[in-house]
Amino acid sequence: MKPILEARGLMKTFGAVTAANDISTSVNEHSITGLIGANGAGKTTFVNMVTGYLKPSGGSIHFAGRDITPLPPRQITRLGIARSFQIPQLYDTLTVRENLIVALGIVLRNAKASFFSKLPAQVPGHDGSLETVADNLMTQFSLTDYGARVARVLPQGVRKQLDIAMAMAGKPQVLLLDEPTSGVAAEEKFGIMDMIMNVVRTEKVTVLFVEHDMDIVSRYADRVLAFYDGRIIADQAPEEALNNPDVQRYVTGKRHA
Amino acid sequence: MTSRSLVIFSIIMVALIALGGFLPEWAIFHITRSLGLGLVVLGLMLMLRAGLVSFGQALYYCLGAYTAGILMHFYKLHEAVLLLGAGTLASALLAALLGALMANYRGIFFGLLSLAFSMILYGVIVKSAGLGSTDGFTLTSPTFFGMALGESSRYALFIIACVITLVSVWGLQRYLHTPLGSLAPAIRDNEIRVEYLGQSVRNAIHIKYVISAALAGLGGALTALTVGHIDPEMAYWTTSGEFVFILILSGSLSVIAPFLGALLFESLRTYAYQEFPYVWQMVLGVAMLLVISFLPDGIWSLFRSRKSKPA
Repeated sequence: MKPILEARGLMKTFGAVTAANDISTSVNEHSITGLIGANGAGKTTFVNMVTGYLKPSGGSIHFAGRDITPLPPRQITRLGIARSFQIPQLYDTLTVRENLIVALGIVLRNAKASFFSKLPAQVPGHDGSLETVADNLMTQFSLTDYGARVARVLPQGVRKQLDIAMAMAGKPQVLLLDEPTSGVAAEEKFGIMDMIMNVVRTEKVTVLFVEHDMDIVSRYADRVLAFYDGRIIADQAPEEALNNPDVQRYVTGKRHA
Repeated sequence: MTSRSLVIFSIIMVALIALGGFLPEWAIFHITRSLGLGLVVLGLMLMLRAGLVSFGQALYYCLGAYTAGILMHFYKLHEAVLLLGAGTLASALLAALLGALMANYRGIFFGLLSLAFSMILYGVIVKSAGLGSTDGFTLTSPTFFGMALGESSRYALFIIACVITLVSVWGLQRYLHTPLGSLAPAIRDNEIRVEYLGQSVRNAIHIKYVISAALAGLGGALTALTVGHIDPEMAYWTTSGEFVFILILSGSLSVIAPFLGALLFESLRTYAYQEFPYVWQMVLGVAMLLVISFLPDGIWSLFRSRKSKPA
């Protein structure tokens, strides 16, 4: 498998705090990587730098061989890197279906060659018109029953699903999920993860997800990056990483004998 | 839901054009002036949908009016359609320039910066003796496709106003259903998600700002030709306040609402001015309180609530 995303010597400082300290790693196509670490370890900072929300203080990020470090979020998104958020970013006054239609409308508009050229009849990467694709996405992410509900009143788990469905609207190559199951009831976590993983595996999307629940990490990730103090302290397969003494000491909090 | 009301509105406008000849002259003047105000408020409504309230839309209203006025007065251009087009274009061009700055601001900063720009124009005109300073200047009757219509010119202008309104309402309705147009509530709700879907929020707001200014310029030029007099008050902050007043009265539920709101506002103001010449503002204030208390979505909610009741 070839690498699709690469970070080279990423640095990020906020005043005296170093949130990313010389992070270098590369992510292979179609892989599923779990990012773990205690609060403040630098996981979200890493995701924010990859998606253009934060500009690194040093180093560079490469996507499919192209340097994307200076690009704004919208251009990074257009290239094929999408993300979800720890706090779902939805259009709260619109219904679930309208949220998806707006998202797909943007994808449709992005496909225009120039300002004056005609909109394509089909949403790029999908099979069908705006409405059809919106309905398909609702089916894929188990949102059909909520279609007519306003986003503001949705339960947290459904908000997460909608947030990820919207990120998937543009058929990204890489999807970054920031704590996809935080705030979701324990018994629903696996259901939601199963559903998400089902979609991303079918669509062959490369996934990086930030997660605190080690059961979820070991079940879904095929590789783990453990963060501590702005650095990557372990880069291994889940079982090995979770048994790594450094990870146990600094991330999972288990003291090894 | 809107398309049916749009069709009804269009039928009313066509009927008005056909029957306008039978209407008394004051009614023609009253409706034409209301349509002029309605066009400005239609543009404001577009911005409000994206969560932005401009307290300085009078800038473009006044610029449209003065562009038409200056072309007529100093350059002897009398063709109504050209004057209206020039007013629209001037406002759109200025908005394309200022919009680059305005698109960076939200909320109170957007509102007050727009107010500041409108007051700059006010100040410039007041100090320009050549433009009549605070008195402004009077316009002659325009020509219509080369014809000077004398007595009938008010009716001709009325027809043009009706046609412009129809085109604007249909055009804006269409725009609101394009992917870019339908972004307005998304921008209001969550700019981060818009950016993370690959759309520039700044560009989207800039485009809306230019459309909104073009409509204000058109409304201003139409008002100038209708009233036959322009003065710097057109750029004053109280004029912008009136537009926001009509916007609240109308609500943002339909592209037709601004015209109903403007007609109601003009009628209310004329009535209040006639019956209570010393306290007419109080009448408007009470009307505003009533609308905010009982119709928070504006007068259009009267039509909507009736429709949404089960049969």
